[in-house]
Amino acid sequence: MEDNEVLVKVEHLSKKFCKDLKTSLWYGVKDLYANVRGNKNERTLRPEEFWAVKDINFELRRGECLGLIGHNGAGKSTLLKILNGLINPDEGKVTIKGRVGALIELGAGFNPILSGRENIYNNGAILGFTKKEIDAKVEAIIDFAEIREFIDMPVKNYSSGMKVRLGFAVAAQMEPDVLIIDEVLAVGDLGFVLKCFKTIDTILPNTAIVFVSHSMPMVSRICSQIILMENGLANFQGENVSRGIDLYYHKFMTNEDSQVVFTDNSMELKKAWIEDVNKINNLYSIPWGNTVNLNFTIKNNNLSKTPYISLAIYDKEQRAIAEVLADEQDLKIIKNKKEVTFSFQLNNIYLSKGIYNITFTASEDSGVNVYYKIHKAITIQIEHDKQIWTPFLMDSKLINVKYY
Amino acid sequence: MQLETKIYQKGNNSNIVKLIKESFSDMVSSRFLAKQLAIRDIKAQYRQSYLGIIWAFITPLTTAFVWIILNKTGTITLTDTGIPYPIYAFSGTLLWSIITESINSPMSNTKGAGGILSKINFPKEALLVSGVYKLLFNSAIKIVLLFVFLGIYGVGYHNSLLLFPLAFLGAIFFGTTIGLFITPIGMLYNDIAKIISMSLGFLMYVTPVVYAIPKEGLMKTLMEANPLTPIILTARDFAVGQSPEYLIYYLWIMLACIPLFFVGLVFYRISIPIIVERMSA
Repeated sequence: MEDNEVLVKVEHLSKKFCKDLKTSLWYGVKDLYANVRGNKNERTLRPEEFWAVKDINFELRRGECLGLIGHNGAGKSTLLKILNGLINPDEGKVTIKGRVGALIELGAGFNPILSGRENIYNNGAILGFTKKEIDAKVEAIIDFAEIREFIDMPVKNYSSGMKVRLGFAVAAQMEPDVLIIDEVLAVGDLGFVLKCFKTIDTILPNTAIVFVSHSMPMVSRICSQIILMENGLANFQGENVSRGIDLYYHKFMTNEDSQVVFTDNSMELKKAWIEDVNKINNLYSIPWGNTVNLNFTIKNNNLSKTPYISLAIYDKEQRAIAEVLADEQDLKIIKNKKEVTFSFQLNNIYLSKGIYNITFTASEDSGVNVYYKIHKAITIQIEHDKQIWTPFLMDSKLINVKYY
Repeated sequence: MQLETKIYQKGNNSNIVKLIKESFSDMVSSRFLAKQLAIRDIKAQYRQSYLGIIWAFITPLTTAFVWIILNKTGTITLTDTGIPYPIYAFSGTLLWSIITESINSPMSNTKGAGGILSKINFPKEALLVSGVYKLLFNSAIKIVLLFVFLGIYGVGYHNSLLLFPLAFLGAIFFGTTIGLFITPIGMLYNDIAKIISMSLGFLMYVTPVVYAIPKEGLMKTLMEANPLTPIILTARDFAVGQSPEYLIYYLWIMLACIPLFFVGLVFYRISIPIIVERMSA
């Protein structure tokens, strides 16, 4: 068994779907007839049809992981179904070697009335285990799921998390050559997700994985190549996973307008800008490591005292990644109907390449009585030639190497 | 170790012999799955119930009871059946339910597995086999009842009773063959299930289920042409020890079912991806 043999080979794969139910059913009857006769004709689009997957090509070797990303309805799940042999392609060819495992639905075949133990057998049988295999593994499965106490209770009384745990525990016993994962890891608590990753990390070296997810941290963590799908087509494909993820985010860059999320009308933000930096399409481009001055002009409506200003930096997934809490803000008495401008200096911004939003908050004092809060007051783009996933790229250099 | 290679592309279905082979090898490899699915459904059926398995006896008894009452009270007068009427009615309804259930079984089992069909790739033939298992289990209970009645009503146990299981399996085979052809279209259109249940309702009246074939008239012609007639009569004749009048017709039907069954299996196998495509994700 070669280590680098191609386990999954997909050539010019296409699949069409029908938008209208009645038409779709009628085409189903026609296809049934055509397929019985071994339909090898070229398939063209009939009325109401569209290509759900169009001309997808890739190769996957043992130890590699392909990330499939794209917005909802881009064709990812359809592609997975073809790879899993659930539906037949209209064009092209899939060649898969070895045992295929699919983590598409956990706990398939569970009957709610039966106990957890009985359902281990049901689920295991559907996943292709023999009775002997399950007998040998049942204790390991119960331990892995950490539900020994409740294993003889009907599954209908399980929480959804417990059901998923049990389902994953059974599926984790598979020793597939090719593993197909669709979004199942999104459920479950933190402990479960960590456990899933640990399992995937163990099987990854011996397996070719196709992984569909909307969670970019997960994709960047395990994938070695990526396909960004849009309308059934591969919009981006390659081993530069970060670039694919970046393009994925760009698809959602529709609205970069600032958004007031809280105000008691005592003040408002009139203007926000960065000094001496060009603004293109609402973005301020800042080279990595630079120092910049952020300015905010507010109009005071009826405050008697200067508000305390704090800033928070959010990344593309709207995760808060940094706070700006400038010390020694002198909260002087101010007059009504006057404007005040605040200038903040941010030293050496070591955020990694990408787009970040700055949220502006004005309050009575640090963390007390918020007057006004606005998201995306300023949007910045950090420039750097390295494409990385993590939010920070540290300023570093190698200073010594010792050889022994 | 040589890895098994699967190829998915259009027009994979041209070779019928290969498809039949695949279908059978999947049936063999999924023995455990089929058994497990049947056990799951049977267990689940009776677990949330106090009387449990007793229900399996109650239902066929009541159906037979209704016909016995109708006959005893003279509400309907029936031609002489040659054996005690309770035996006639009970064996008739029993065999009739086996046939209708085996016709419906492939479709109901495939529909019941809808959720996993679109998610997991497993041998679909297991659904058919588990359907047969469930049918065997449910019918076995009724057959035990029938044997008890044979003693009670003094019909006795004849040697031909040994052939009864064969005739009974024949009924399941016949029903399943029809079911295989109905399932693909029935999975697409709900109309099919309705049409089937309606026509079976009508068909029962031209089948000697609870009354014998009349001596003459249109009804006699219809009933004798009906392919369900020999299946019911032959099985019943074996059970009560009468000589099977329609044995030749019965054998012809069984013979015709063999090639049809293979074609049905292939049809079913080909249809699954098309059905899955049209099911919700």
